[in-house]
Amino acid sequence: MILFSNNTSSRSNTDRYFSWGLRVLSLLAASLLVLVLGFILRESWMALTQVGLSRFFTDSGWFPTEHSYEITPMISGTLLAAWGSILLAAPLGILSAVFCHFYAPPILGLWYRRMIELLAGIPSVVFGFWGLVVLVPLIAAWQPPGPSLLGGILILTLMIIPTIMLIAHSSISQVPTTYINNATALGLSRWAVIWRIVLPASRVGLLTGIFLGLARAMGETMAILMVCGNVIQYPSHIFDPIRTLTANIALEMAYALDQHRSALFISGLLLMVLVIIFVSIAEVLRHKTPYVVAK
Amino acid sequence: MAALTFLRPFLSLSLLVGFISLFELFGVWPLAQAQEGNLVITGSSTMAPLLLEIGKRFETRHPGTRIDVQTGGSSRGIADVVNGLADIGMASRTLNPQEKHLHGTVIARDGIGMILHTSNPIQELTNSQIVAIYTGRIKNWQQVGGHNAPITVVNKAQGRSTLKLFLQYLKLSTRDIQAHVVIGDNEQGIKTVAGNPNAIGYVSIGTAQYDASHGISIHLLPLQHIPASVETVRAGTFPLSRPLTLITKSTPTGLTKNFIHFAQSPEVHDLILQQYFVPLQH
Amino acid sequence: MLSLSNTIRETGATLMVWTTAALITIPFLWLIGDLLWHGWPYLSLNFLLSAPQNAGREGGIEPILVSTGLIVGICMVVALPIGLGTALFLSEYTRNDQVSGRLIRGSLDVLAGVPSIVFGLFGNAFFCQALDLGFSILSGGLTLACMVLPILIRTLEESFRTIALDQRLAAAALGISKMATIQHILLPAAIPGLLVGCILGVGRAMAETAALIFTSGYVDRMPTSLMDSGRALSLHIYDLSMNVAGGNPNAYATALVLVGLLISINIVASWIAEQWTIPNQLQN
Repeated sequence: MILFSNNTSSRSNTDRYFSWGLRVLSLLAASLLVLVLGFILRESWMALTQVGLSRFFTDSGWFPTEHSYEITPMISGTLLAAWGSILLAAPLGILSAVFCHFYAPPILGLWYRRMIELLAGIPSVVFGFWGLVVLVPLIAAWQPPGPSLLGGILILTLMIIPTIMLIAHSSISQVPTTYINNATALGLSRWAVIWRIVLPASRVGLLTGIFLGLARAMGETMAILMVCGNVIQYPSHIFDPIRTLTANIALEMAYALDQHRSALFISGLLLMVLVIIFVSIAEVLRHKTPYVVAK
Repeated sequence: MAALTFLRPFLSLSLLVGFISLFELFGVWPLAQAQEGNLVITGSSTMAPLLLEIGKRFETRHPGTRIDVQTGGSSRGIADVVNGLADIGMASRTLNPQEKHLHGTVIARDGIGMILHTSNPIQELTNSQIVAIYTGRIKNWQQVGGHNAPITVVNKAQGRSTLKLFLQYLKLSTRDIQAHVVIGDNEQGIKTVAGNPNAIGYVSIGTAQYDASHGISIHLLPLQHIPASVETVRAGTFPLSRPLTLITKSTPTGLTKNFIHFAQSPEVHDLILQQYFVPLQH
Repeated sequence: MLSLSNTIRETGATLMVWTTAALITIPFLWLIGDLLWHGWPYLSLNFLLSAPQNAGREGGIEPILVSTGLIVGICMVVALPIGLGTALFLSEYTRNDQVSGRLIRGSLDVLAGVPSIVFGLFGNAFFCQALDLGFSILSGGLTLACMVLPILIRTLEESFRTIALDQRLAAAALGISKMATIQHILLPAAIPGLLVGCILGVGRAMAETAALIFTSGYVDRMPTSLMDSGRALSLHIYDLSMNVAGGNPNAYATALVLVGLLISINIVASWIAEQWTIPNQLQN
């Protein structure tokens, strides 16, 4: 295997030591994933054996002090918040990329993209803080109590729009200009070109962006913790407070002992598996060739 | 030669990285004090601010010591002491039967009181009203004599001793509670109620009075007609009170003994009163 | 000439697109404006150079800046050698289709998607407990290093791959050893890319909160050693806004400091990136 064979014709000893040194470092990096998975599994072991995985879905509520470990309300919280935000962020992000490319004057487009890049760099805790002091009181004025699923969805939307927009922007720029020119020459109007040529041609990239945005939304902790109310329940409407898997871990970890702590590690494991699935789908999409290949 | 000019930034980069690493490893480490003068205290978040102040005063009286205070809850504090991860545990509840073999020193008393926003005209609630509010049977302030506004119920997260004592007092189980906001520490509860005119919550009386006296817009409600204050907790008349205890694995020795002795002494009574807890008379 | 329905559709589309742009710009400006409006009055040199008082309501953030610097410093000191080595290995010793390269890149891509709270759990289980480092700046820095590594390697590998093949072939033709080629020719040429990667890694580390809650702790005093617990900027914002009644003003000021630092880091990185494309073009 390439890891262990010498693939250069260099006969220098220093080269051999050097290349082995590099291999060791690379192995360290590669083994990180295994290490992370391993330790999380190790910490979850107690709950897996003592409680059993099925009980995480069949128990009657999350009451760790009474050894009841149902996590389905929190899974629903995670999924509702993430999918709700994608529903808003995907069209907004894609349309933003379209705006940048086709509608905005060049200078405006440049500054708009810079603004989005800036938005991408703002830490989640700052988003959560702003949500807490501005958004939650606004929602409370509309419909108490304030901390709610809606707050979570709005803040998450703001956080993942940059991810979607920037990926959409780069995949739209890769659509060959010949397509656009040919379409315009045939008399198609601007929106028709976008809707029927550019977007379908770049749809693989757009989907990648959406999946990555979804993965980010599901993994978000701080902003959700500050804005969603953290009540364990299935929400009956968007003004109800919810708790996500991530917020659950953050809220209870410091105070959890033994079985409770192990149960939190299991929810972390579940989260990791969920996110890995979405990231892998995005990666597979990224490496697929688009259905139209430029000649 | 072109290669030489390329070398210079590389050299400076490696120098920079090397310098930073040297600074990290050697520049900061010598500043560490001797390990013998260290105490690790973990446990109840209610007691943490008080122990922080006591620790600071102890450090000025005994230079060279360092008292580290971390939160994690009463149960965590006790567990850490048992596992040897902490020297002293802070517990804001009484010990369980299986914890009775540990050594505990009570340094103060505290109560748990209901808090409302200052703009809420309600001045008192009966126990059954509180139960009805927290179980979701009463949903509007109007039903207990207040404004026409929905009640925002603030509850503590699982595993906190304040929650346990609250449930015990009202003879509720944690499954009965229907909350609108779940919070972690006392201060978070206070901040939530102070930010929402229609919220109700329960927190440590000491923490609540401290914040109220510093201008935070909350007020405490009496329980069973007895006002929530340092005086009633001291007199023992307030129905929901608990001891604040320092736990050690066995009879304390050395630095731990000195610190616990200091924490019980009249020298820190002003600190205890400052936090609106009740110092014990010896 | 466009038909009427076409015109309606076009106008509708234009309206929709411009509304979208406005819908996104407004909250962004609102957020930045809010931060500036509420945080600027409390920002001062004294704020940056004094210790927090009264649970952070008063006083400054000096120990927190120091802790943040130490945590990020450890993160980069650990992540850089491993990242550089792996990036070099991936770009110089593997081809795109080889198993080892795909395995390493695949595992790193997966790692890049793992949520930060899960890294916090891992850091707590591994660094704080298994390695017995406890709640310390060291644990926090090492956990962040694990988080930053995938992105760092990706950026570094990119910067090596963009160096033209001619350089390597010419070096080989001259009989220069592989290590010397890397050391004297490739590394200097990739410096701008390396710097951008490092700076982006630093930015990512500074913005991190969830991974630090359970690893570097909450203590807001000036750390005296790497084994001490220390509070990072992002954690301070979280604590002040959630747990400290009356802590909002200082939270705003701290958020302003953090966002300001991150913006300047990004500006430096993009400036270096722009300078980078010019020398490469000259090479060809």
